[in-house]
Amino acid sequence: MTEKLYPLTFTLNGSTITRHVTSRLSLADFLRTEMNLTGTHVGCEHGVCGACTIRVEGRLSRSCLMFAIQVEGMTVETVEGLNASGELHSLQEAFHELNALQCGFCTPGILITAAQLLQETPLPSRKQIRDYLSGNYCRCTGYHAIVDAVEQASQKQAERR
Amino acid sequence: MANQPFSVLDRPNSYIGKSVPRPNARRLLEGRGRFADDLNLPRMLHTAFLRSPFAHARIIKIDAEKAKAAPGVILIADGKDVATHCKPWEGTLAHFPGMKSPLQFPLPLERACWQGEPVLAIAAESRAQAEDAIDLVEIEWEELPVLADSETALDPDTPLIHPELGDNQTFNLMLENGTVDQTFADAERIIEKTFHFGRHTAVTVEPRSLIADFDDSEGRLTVYYSSQSPYQMQDVFSRHLNITEDKVHVICEDIGGSFGMKLHVYGEDLTTCALSIMTGRPVKFTADRFESFVSDIHHRDHRVHAKMAVSNQGKIQAMEIDDLTGIGPYSVYPRTSAVEGNQVVRLTGGSYQFTDYRAKLNVVFQNKNVMCQYRAVGHPIACSVTEGMVDFAAAELGIDPVEMRRRNLIKDDQYPYTSPTGLIFEKLSHHQSLEKVLEMMDYDALRAEQAKLREQGIHRGIGLATFIEITNPGPAFYGLGGARISAQDGCMMKLEPSGKIFCSVSVTEQGQGTETVMAQIAASELGMPLDDVRMLTGDTEKTPYGGATWGSRGVGIGGEAVLRAARALRNNLLEVAGAVLQCSADQLDIQNSQVIDKNTGTERLSVAEIGRIAYFRSDTLPQDFHPQLTVARHYVPQGPPFAFTNGIQASYLELDQETGFFKLLKHWAVEDCGTQINPRLVEEQIRGGVVQGLGAALYEECLYDEQGQFLNPTLADYLVPMAAEIPDIQVGHVVTPTAYSELGAKGAGEAGTAGAAAAVMNALNDALRPFKTELTRMPFTPERILRALGKV
Repeated sequence: MTEKLYPLTFTLNGSTITRHVTSRLSLADFLRTEMNLTGTHVGCEHGVCGACTIRVEGRLSRSCLMFAIQVEGMTVETVEGLNASGELHSLQEAFHELNALQCGFCTPGILITAAQLLQETPLPSRKQIRDYLSGNYCRCTGYHAIVDAVEQASQKQAERR
Repeated sequence: MANQPFSVLDRPNSYIGKSVPRPNARRLLEGRGRFADDLNLPRMLHTAFLRSPFAHARIIKIDAEKAKAAPGVILIADGKDVATHCKPWEGTLAHFPGMKSPLQFPLPLERACWQGEPVLAIAAESRAQAEDAIDLVEIEWEELPVLADSETALDPDTPLIHPELGDNQTFNLMLENGTVDQTFADAERIIEKTFHFGRHTAVTVEPRSLIADFDDSEGRLTVYYSSQSPYQMQDVFSRHLNITEDKVHVICEDIGGSFGMKLHVYGEDLTTCALSIMTGRPVKFTADRFESFVSDIHHRDHRVHAKMAVSNQGKIQAMEIDDLTGIGPYSVYPRTSAVEGNQVVRLTGGSYQFTDYRAKLNVVFQNKNVMCQYRAVGHPIACSVTEGMVDFAAAELGIDPVEMRRRNLIKDDQYPYTSPTGLIFEKLSHHQSLEKVLEMMDYDALRAEQAKLREQGIHRGIGLATFIEITNPGPAFYGLGGARISAQDGCMMKLEPSGKIFCSVSVTEQGQGTETVMAQIAASELGMPLDDVRMLTGDTEKTPYGGATWGSRGVGIGGEAVLRAARALRNNLLEVAGAVLQCSADQLDIQNSQVIDKNTGTERLSVAEIGRIAYFRSDTLPQDFHPQLTVARHYVPQGPPFAFTNGIQASYLELDQETGFFKLLKHWAVEDCGTQINPRLVEEQIRGGVVQGLGAALYEECLYDEQGQFLNPTLADYLVPMAAEIPDIQVGHVVTPTAYSELGAKGAGEAGTAGAAAAVMNALNDALRPFKTELTRMPFTPERILRALGKV
């Protein structure tokens, strides 16, 4: 018995994508295996760790908690797209300089979450940064350097405006 | 070394002590990491495991007929099938006398001994198909008696998990020094407490993952592996799968966290290799989060009774502890599950001057997931027991905890010092570290603030925890006991024709910055810019053989190998330069990739020019001169079996006596790891370690019921520290280099985890003191706090 495939068309990192997918394929698995966008990481598959965080229709989403078929007609952005667009640049520089990552597995999800925070709150306090990142689990850093880096990136972005 | 004007520590443009960013972090920031699950090979199969629903049950019958016919299924293998390709193992070491553990097969032959133990594997074209087929397998089980509570493991009427072993004990140990009984008999005060440490697990964000690719045409096995210990696993795969070592290639690219969890032998991993052998196709296994919880090694799970004798003047005179630890149904191979308990009994009390000490250790089997070494093996238990007892004694005597430590810590001029359990401390800095942390936290002001707030009904607590840390372990750790785990490391270095340097080393990278630090050492000693050194780690075919990463050994051992290789290569480069320039190599040095005249500093020749001449115009060199442009060096750790480090942590928290919650306000850590190659990376190791330690104090516990069922194996139920609950962590340093190596570097990987929970426990009990209650069972959940306060 082969599983039924459904047509799917959506915008991924600025390009229109058309594929056929099974109804049960998670968006995270679709991005990783069908689109080879392996920057989206799967850490828990139940929406807690935040490693699979992406942007759907401009809002943060857990790609492990969505089916691929759910993004029909929508706009999806992954770390690869946000890297290419330059939106993550200030954050990446600050994360690099301040070593706000160790193993790097949680990092794409954290960068996307931080980028969203800076869109909504250009100059967040340390407490606001900690609260906003409270859905992104990092086992390596202890978070302090991540907060430092988001703070530094926000200040650099503000100076440029 | 007559021609060495400078040591590596003070060469011009040295990178030693510089917080350079990690070059290999860039691709991780751009989503270009290469984790094992990111890789897909042609014809690759995926495997899923059927796991025991019971903590202890006999397999009566397996019916896999429906599964065989399911879409995409290629192979179904049970314990017997896998055993035809993979030999079982026994998790014992010869230097733990009397230790016993049964043979363990990758998948059990007859019975499952913990809930979640893998019992059957299915290889299919996709993971989804493999999982679908697992659901179609029917197993008839006969439930067996469950041993869930380690306190009852040694009772005479408790059924034996492995009757052939005679009892439920895998290892026991008794240590004694001095006149313990007499000292307790004469003691002015005796403090007695019992501490409990929850069972927890690593929860690396990247689950365990591997691809095994057996090529039948050459009989070669290649394993792409999320592992911190590729050489050990090359040996294990070779011996247990009956493939000669030269035909096993282990490749560890990016590792999404490991912390000691990803260096043990797992049944799923050997099974995945066996499936590749059986199918002739690459096979991938990536654990999902539930599988991680029930099959990644757990750690801690200790109950410690402790007794301390003190004088009325606050002098600690003796300590006695009794540690009981449950390790699951098997001692984990090849490092064994006795090491943590062994370290608890050897490290306890180790920061203090008393000599009368007795320790008893019982390591017992249970029907729970296996327990083994994880970051700061044994340290948090030893530290929490010791520091908890010091504070309880201080409180009873009405002495400030700082003063209690000043009176009892081994003095900074008392070294070398041998502990009651025979540990040799070359040189530690307890008092200097204590004064440093007091200054950082402004202790007196904090005490004043605490007293003032207490009058307003706000209950804050301050806790200190001194610790020692085992680093740079020599062969006494594993090699001595018969485990083929190397304690030495090697480095290979070559000059590229372009004048750049390629360097491979046998210590591995999991994000702590190994490659960066090794490149800093190489670049400093060579006299080259950091950007000119390209590093490779984690590949058994392309690097020298070594011990890889565990026990905080990377810089202290691997770094010395790199230093020696770089020196040898620089000398060889200068020999070529001398031949070209027709002068003695002794008159030359390298700075910023230029060969210079040592006396005048004049630039004579570039390293790139050496590459060009040596590789392409060797006709211009003297007859029979053969430039040696690739070198390799190994380093064996010197001196005592371990290089001990020390430090101290402090916690400041506020208790809400109505809800039982407490808020961490600030955390301080001072550590002394000797020479720091990259201070920022040291600080980040400390901070990350601290937060793992905080997890144990605040939230983390694998909860089992009396039937051995794991009650909270999801990230929604098993809580880990997240950004919002964790305070800023201020790190300070004291630097006491080891004299046994050139760099003087000791390890820093476990210090944070060693002392964090103890500092929080002492702070919490400090806050609870006005309520005349205390807590010694971790984690300190709101429920436990409310119970202690008599509110529930």
